[in-house]
Amino acid sequence: MTTKTLLASAALALGLATGATAQDTTTVGFVYVGPIGDGGWTYEHNKGRLAVEEHFGDAVETVFVESVPEGPDAERVMTQMALQGADLIFTTSFGYMDQTINVAAQFPDVKFEHATGYKRADNVSTYSARFYEGRAVQGHIAGQMTESNIIGYIASYPIPEVIRGINAAYLHAKEVNPDVEFRIIWAYTWFDPAKEAEAANVLIEQGADVILQHTDSTAPQAAAQAAGNVVTFGQASDMAEFAPFPRVSSIIDDWAPYYIARTQAVIDGTWESTDTWDGIGPGMVGIGEITDAVPADIKASAEALIERLRTGEYHAFTGPINRQDGSVWLADGEIADDGTLAGMNFYVEGITAEIPQ
Amino acid sequence: MIMLEKRPQPSRAWTFATPIVAVLLTMVFGGLLFAALGQDPLVTIRTIFFDPLFSEFAWFYRPQLLIKGAPLVLIAIGLSFGFRAGIWNIGAEGQYIVGAICGAAVGLAFYPMESFIILPLMVVAGALGGLLWAMIPGLLRVKFGTNEILVSLMLVYVAEQLLASMALGALRNPEGMGFPGSRNLAQYPSASSWITQSAGMHWGVVTALIAVIFAYIALSRHIFGFNVRLSGQSPRAARFAGVNPGKLILICMGISGTLAGLAGLFEVAGPAGQVSIDFNVGYGFTAIIVAFLGRLHPVGILLAGGLMALTYIGGEIAQSNLGLPIAAIQILQGMLLFFLLAVDVLTNYRITSARKAH
Repeated sequence: MTTKTLLASAALALGLATGATAQDTTTVGFVYVGPIGDGGWTYEHNKGRLAVEEHFGDAVETVFVESVPEGPDAERVMTQMALQGADLIFTTSFGYMDQTINVAAQFPDVKFEHATGYKRADNVSTYSARFYEGRAVQGHIAGQMTESNIIGYIASYPIPEVIRGINAAYLHAKEVNPDVEFRIIWAYTWFDPAKEAEAANVLIEQGADVILQHTDSTAPQAAAQAAGNVVTFGQASDMAEFAPFPRVSSIIDDWAPYYIARTQAVIDGTWESTDTWDGIGPGMVGIGEITDAVPADIKASAEALIERLRTGEYHAFTGPINRQDGSVWLADGEIADDGTLAGMNFYVEGITAEIPQ
Repeated sequence: MIMLEKRPQPSRAWTFATPIVAVLLTMVFGGLLFAALGQDPLVTIRTIFFDPLFSEFAWFYRPQLLIKGAPLVLIAIGLSFGFRAGIWNIGAEGQYIVGAICGAAVGLAFYPMESFIILPLMVVAGALGGLLWAMIPGLLRVKFGTNEILVSLMLVYVAEQLLASMALGALRNPEGMGFPGSRNLAQYPSASSWITQSAGMHWGVVTALIAVIFAYIALSRHIFGFNVRLSGQSPRAARFAGVNPGKLILICMGISGTLAGLAGLFEVAGPAGQVSIDFNVGYGFTAIIVAFLGRLHPVGILLAGGLMALTYIGGEIAQSNLGLPIAAIQILQGMLLFFLLAVDVLTNYRITSARKAH
């Protein structure tokens, strides 16, 4: 305890010292879990960073560190950024949650924004996107595109965000194709092209002709391309280099407006700890172009679904939905509440796999 | 024409000079690389090699060097015995993971009881975990003549699966809202390996220093060290001298496994805090570089561990302050080993200019 306060007061003293020299420009730091060239998750966060630079010009300086492991290294990188005078730090992976909270406690004057987590503090906000809305669209297209009725899913870690995505995709695939079956592989990584490609190949060998991925690289796209007749969707980024086939559509994370708004709030002194969870409506989740490889009627119904999600007319988790064990989760017409969605740790009825534990 | 001539004996001077020359060459060629990336090479080299030690925020970075260097040194010391004797344990990463799992499991079993005995019990469990995991390739080699390089390496992947299953199952925090990962041991006083967190001191740092001293004594003053060196230099002579090769393999694998297990335990109970799916970040593999960079000599390993830690921490500063890509830092670390091996030729060979004899 004493050591912590010592560090905090020393940091505070230095913060005051450096704050005086660098008061003109606002420094915004970004901690990335993968390389900025991953073509997916980190690539889009970095696009958000570049948008901040472009929007503010000389008034804002951005710094970033890429491929930071989710452990003690992350804590050091964040501390270092705060020491070097960052005013606002975005930590862009779920696994940085405890580290963000720890470092934030030592730098009360620095604002932190943690992506996809649930722990907040006076100087820690959380933000995430309702990716599951995009997953619903994916499931809707995938269920109709599959001929083998086997859809492969490359999952990363068994956390609510990923489980939610699987459920949303499954429900909407099942809706259009009652015979559909999901095969799920847990890669236990966000970014590992070799592992991701291996997982894709295993799924293809098991008969999957649609591959959905919740990992960040384009390796599964390349594996599907090599297989020739397998459909994929861009994940986190458009991955348009694999269009029109195998990539037939994508979920695009657009962080730029949020990053610009939060940076502006720090400049204005109006920043407050908040919890943001935006979907297709506000534009945080985008659906990449549905290519002509998708038959026109499927494309039309998918676009109608996107529109209903965008206006809020339809929620991706609308009852009746049962849990995997057959018990009722949502009654007919009932809509899932955000609390349950945020902590979702069960599969819906019909998925035959088990969540690893 | 320039020729390489084998020295009758390895050059003593070059043995010591090689690492220094390798570091200097890395700085030069690293500087060229950074210049090609549009950076000021001098500023970059200074940021990576000197800023962590002497900059304005060195009070924060110096303790971080201990945190980052301790597991590297501890594992590398263990590996150095086997490497000297020609026994190649490449799977220290797996032994590190299993040591962490076993040690953490003991600590978590006692939660929330407070007692001075808990950390020592965890240390024993961590050491045993690493030891037993290393005994698998060791015993297979001795009994069935399998290749310990392959078996120990493959067991890393098995250990990673075990780690994921523990983080999701048996060791998962029951109050973690369904998220993977164990309770935080660093916040459980009886199980924490921290001594003074702000100074970067945890029991792993202390153990690494003790290991250096013991390794030095064992290698230079004890018959065991003599046997290890003899087996590496001349296995035949070692057999005549009465060295039992099977026993030596098991002892060397055992030492490296035990120290890797200890490194894992101290890491999980301190800096990392919890058993999580991606708890391991490659210390077991980097330690192989550290062992060779340190010439398999305990003091050399201590210095090499510090140097590797320096490039990690300095590399992060360079990324954040200068916008250098991480790939450039990784190339720099790769260069270090490359130049070491390249310059190493001069230890055993000398360059002569000779006319063609015929």
